[in-house]
Amino acid sequence: MTALRPSVLVPLIAGLALWQGIVTGLDMPAFILPGPVRVGETLWHSRALLADHALVTLAEILLGLGLGAALGWATALGLAWSPAAARVMRPFLVFSQAVPVFALAPIFTLWFGYGLGSKIAMALLIIYFPVTSAFFDALSNTPRAYLDQARVMGASPARILWCIRMPAALPGLLSGLRLAAVYAPIGAIIGEWVGASRGLGYLMLLANGRAKIDLMFAAVIVVALMTVGLHRAVDALARHVEKRWCG
Amino acid sequence: MITNAPALRFDGRVRAGQAVLAGPVTLEAPAGRWTCLLGPSGVGKSTLLQCFAGLTDGLDIEGQVQGPGGRVALMAQSDGLLPWLSLVANVTLGDRLRHRRPDPERAEALLARVGLGDLLRRRPGALSGGQRQRAALARTLYEDSPVVLLDEPFSALDVATRAKMQDLAAAELAGRTVLHVTHDPAEAARLGDHILVMTARGIHTVTGARDPIPRAPDAPDTLAITGQLTRHLLEAA
Repeated sequence: MTALRPSVLVPLIAGLALWQGIVTGLDMPAFILPGPVRVGETLWHSRALLADHALVTLAEILLGLGLGAALGWATALGLAWSPAAARVMRPFLVFSQAVPVFALAPIFTLWFGYGLGSKIAMALLIIYFPVTSAFFDALSNTPRAYLDQARVMGASPARILWCIRMPAALPGLLSGLRLAAVYAPIGAIIGEWVGASRGLGYLMLLANGRAKIDLMFAAVIVVALMTVGLHRAVDALARHVEKRWCG
Repeated sequence: MITNAPALRFDGRVRAGQAVLAGPVTLEAPAGRWTCLLGPSGVGKSTLLQCFAGLTDGLDIEGQVQGPGGRVALMAQSDGLLPWLSLVANVTLGDRLRHRRPDPERAEALLARVGLGDLLRRRPGALSGGQRQRAALARTLYEDSPVVLLDEPFSALDVATRAKMQDLAAAELAGRTVLHVTHDPAEAARLGDHILVMTARGIHTVTGARDPIPRAPDAPDTLAITGQLTRHLLEAA
């Protein structure tokens, strides 16, 4: 496991020790700042509760990520296929990102309800532009030598897009998906803050309101761990795809 | 043996906007023969290859390009090997791009002949510059095209490997129309049925030896033509 190398482990332990030192030294009350030991205990004791809400949030994130990535991927391909479409659509794409997505969360709750729908929509919207933009930029920058070679070999434009430009752009798509893996949980959590009855975002608000700060921290840690796991899964998936593309 | 290899002919000049990239010039590469094209850098040799390869985006051609008609194989100066594919998959790329069934056995045989038989499953990133150039040569030979355009195809090779690859290319491409851009007079003297020197003033034909190619590097004729070409290029500079 690369995550457990000394270079990661040592500062982690040092950080936790510092945290516990501040809490113990300043005699912080647990409803202001609980120490890592207390948070660890809560993580363990409330594991069923946390897992229950985490599953809901995970479902929202995965669906939002999958749909957003697929839509972004398809949009980028469409734009790469048609330069005219790219000229028309580009300003709209930039504008869609200029809209403060968080401000839309209440409207999404109104439109898509208190359930999964509004959270998926938030996650989707928040990742759509980074994926589209990263992939489209990569598709537009295929090395000239690859394109020339393929044209001389008699490849159709569709074939060049599929077999040359797409795999050449996979690193770009991958960097977009990496960003998306980090953004999608933010979208889902915000969606849950605005209106939900389940999920880690809902649990955070609830715990905060009842001064169960240890539970809130525990929920934050679960979200962070989920995000890291997602990031790694995206990475592994992309490498797997890259090896087998158009082989 | 290829029997339907067409002749190539270019007559005119090539511009990109205001800049003249090549010509005015008349170039002829006879059907089924090996033509070498020498000349100082920047005179437009690669541009003419591009015109024959149909890579004319952004170029204004004032004049005529005749041939190649059908499919062409181009070995450009940059090898264009795709970093995500193995060597075998790179060599058979053309077939996959044309929706045809690739022949990995033939690709492996060609890679073995260029001396890369132990590296079939490697990616290009793991190769040296000379190995990459030989992989690109194998890909060009795999294309099995009646017209073959070579742009400094042996420039990254050591002397012994270069001589071997020249022999291999001469054998594999016999009967095809080959237009071969090179900076090496000795290479042109070995391989050229016809040898052309391109300068700013136009194209000049240097009478080659009558021996069939590839000629021995130390044959008197080869050495004499090497010297003659070198002098010609010196005078043009």
